[in-house]
Amino acid sequence: MPKTLFEKIWDTHIVKTIDDGPSVLYIDKHFIHEVTSPQAFTGLNKRGIKVLRPQQVVATADHNVPTLNQHLPIKEELSRKQVEALIQNCAEHGIELYGLGHPFQGIVHVIGPELGLTQPGMTIVCGDSHTSTHGAFGAIAFGIGTSEVEMVFASQCLLQSKPKLMRINVDGELNKGVVSKDIVLYILSKITASGATGYAVEFAGSAIRSLSMEARMTICNMSIEMGGRCGLIAPDETTFEYIKGRKFAPQGAEWDKKLATWKELYSDADANFDKEIHIKAEDIQPMITYGTNPGMGIAVSETIPTTVTINENDRSGLAKSLTYMGLEQGANIKGQKVDYVFIGSCTNSRIEDLRMVASFVKGKKKAADVEVWIVPGSKQVEAQAIKEGIDKIFEEAGFQLRQPGCSACLGMNEDKIPAGKYCISTSNRNFEGRQGAGARTLLASPLTAAAAAITGFVTDVRELLN
Amino acid sequence: MKALTTIKSRFVPINIENIDTDQIIPARFLKATTKDGFGKNLFRDWRYYNDDESKTRADFPLNMSQFDGEILVAGKNFGCGSSREHAAWSILDYGFRVVVSSFFADIFKNNALNNGVLPIQVSDEFLKSIFLQDNNTELTVDLEKQTITINSTGESEGFYISSYKKTCLLNGYDDIDYLISIKDDIQQFETQRA
Repeated sequence: MPKTLFEKIWDTHIVKTIDDGPSVLYIDKHFIHEVTSPQAFTGLNKRGIKVLRPQQVVATADHNVPTLNQHLPIKEELSRKQVEALIQNCAEHGIELYGLGHPFQGIVHVIGPELGLTQPGMTIVCGDSHTSTHGAFGAIAFGIGTSEVEMVFASQCLLQSKPKLMRINVDGELNKGVVSKDIVLYILSKITASGATGYAVEFAGSAIRSLSMEARMTICNMSIEMGGRCGLIAPDETTFEYIKGRKFAPQGAEWDKKLATWKELYSDADANFDKEIHIKAEDIQPMITYGTNPGMGIAVSETIPTTVTINENDRSGLAKSLTYMGLEQGANIKGQKVDYVFIGSCTNSRIEDLRMVASFVKGKKKAADVEVWIVPGSKQVEAQAIKEGIDKIFEEAGFQLRQPGCSACLGMNEDKIPAGKYCISTSNRNFEGRQGAGARTLLASPLTAAAAAITGFVTDVRELLN
Repeated sequence: MKALTTIKSRFVPINIENIDTDQIIPARFLKATTKDGFGKNLFRDWRYYNDDESKTRADFPLNMSQFDGEILVAGKNFGCGSSREHAAWSILDYGFRVVVSSFFADIFKNNALNNGVLPIQVSDEFLKSIFLQDNNTELTVDLEKQTITINSTGESEGFYISSYKKTCLLNGYDDIDYLISIKDDIQQFETQRA
């Protein structure tokens, strides 16, 4: 029987299925961080049990860490305690930790792939919704709650019901100035923030195939913003090339053996999807969000929807959203003043993102009244940026290159956007208060964010490209 | 986990769609290392102006004295966004045992069930009917029969829950107990794959 990519992986990870209930899904790789793990360790301790397979767990500290002066103790007491709890828990249970000061530290969804820990055909979980990122390698990867973190600790398994399957095909050539972030914001604007709830989403088509691994990760990262259980892309030569030689990638004969199985990971020609969507790459322009969920996006060149023109899903929330954002129905988004530019997060903080921004801003200076934060996704990304001299380009442009962490994506650590201020951000969520209480987030690609950094307002990046 | 069988209660309506977990519990309150005490920060930034507990927003249902009960009723796509289980903990700690909506985000639904909070997905029409009721109306949730009823009008609707999850919730069992009990199956699976 023909199978989808998702089914090929799912079927080989089922330990057993409960009658009229979920399946017991075996988990290959479990990433953890300081925020969603402490209560799970406490739960284990209460039961008097240890982590079953500590060698399949990898930890880092990212959500709560400062992005300046990381060599100093964390100032904020609760954040410090949470990071210390992670250190202690990992030591107690024999889990590898890439904490602050370690050359592999970084955002959990950046370090997994760059270390070669993330591989095709795996089941991967983490107590973080953006675990969907790892699906770019042809893995089933999804975010879980803390009770589920405890389940995986205790049994290396999870109880899961099989989701429905959706395929989103993006075919054709991308326009100038359009990058993978624009693709995913465009899809979101079409299918809304709940358009994929209950589905595992496979991204396919020639435009997806043409993307680098890092660009593919941006797309899978935001599949959760459509509500998708996970997002995945069939592995191909681009995938294999990316993984080969990485720290934890298979070596020698083991590589050949794995590669042979990875090459079988694709949806069979006549495999069945519950839903299929087709998108023309040519229809996608540089995108930006105007509202308070990631589905509320438009092309930079378009006007903000009105209650008449908006999709039904967001109609009832439009007025509330625009009041929060301080924006008007029917107005241009282009020309909107911005106060902060944040380039970072598990969506867009990889070396290619930084290179893209650097090559665009080289020789340019930021607008005087804009604060620009560049937050690399990991210590390795930071080191590479410095090695390539990208740090100098940012310095000359007046951009601040900070240290790795989740930073201003989520208003949890020290990096927050003040109330009422506009931040054009390469992160993934524009929810009310996401970047700090009262902060107003405009989600966009690294290129569109960089353009705003130079002009001081929302800009169609194509007008600045040669 | 606390068992749940039937609940007869008034409800608190929050007629807003796409309520994300950052609204349910903002990220700055996720620094705890225990599961306790999140209820006081439930919907924090919708309850207070400028994060100031003396400045309550009079128009937010949790601040309106006429609304009370163990059932939260909210617009569609409830619980989208972050996987933070703190959202379920804050709802439970505040005193809710049931959340009713016409659509739930996946991760929230699992997190709720894992904490003895029952997410009930109803039809758009039934949700509309609940929102039309006055604040004295009680709802009855019968988990055994899988029904939710608006007591004043007698309108009733069935809801889905897998029989496994239903048994867990009726008895207060959790998934971890089950998974530990099948450890031999898991080890056998690992051996076969190796």
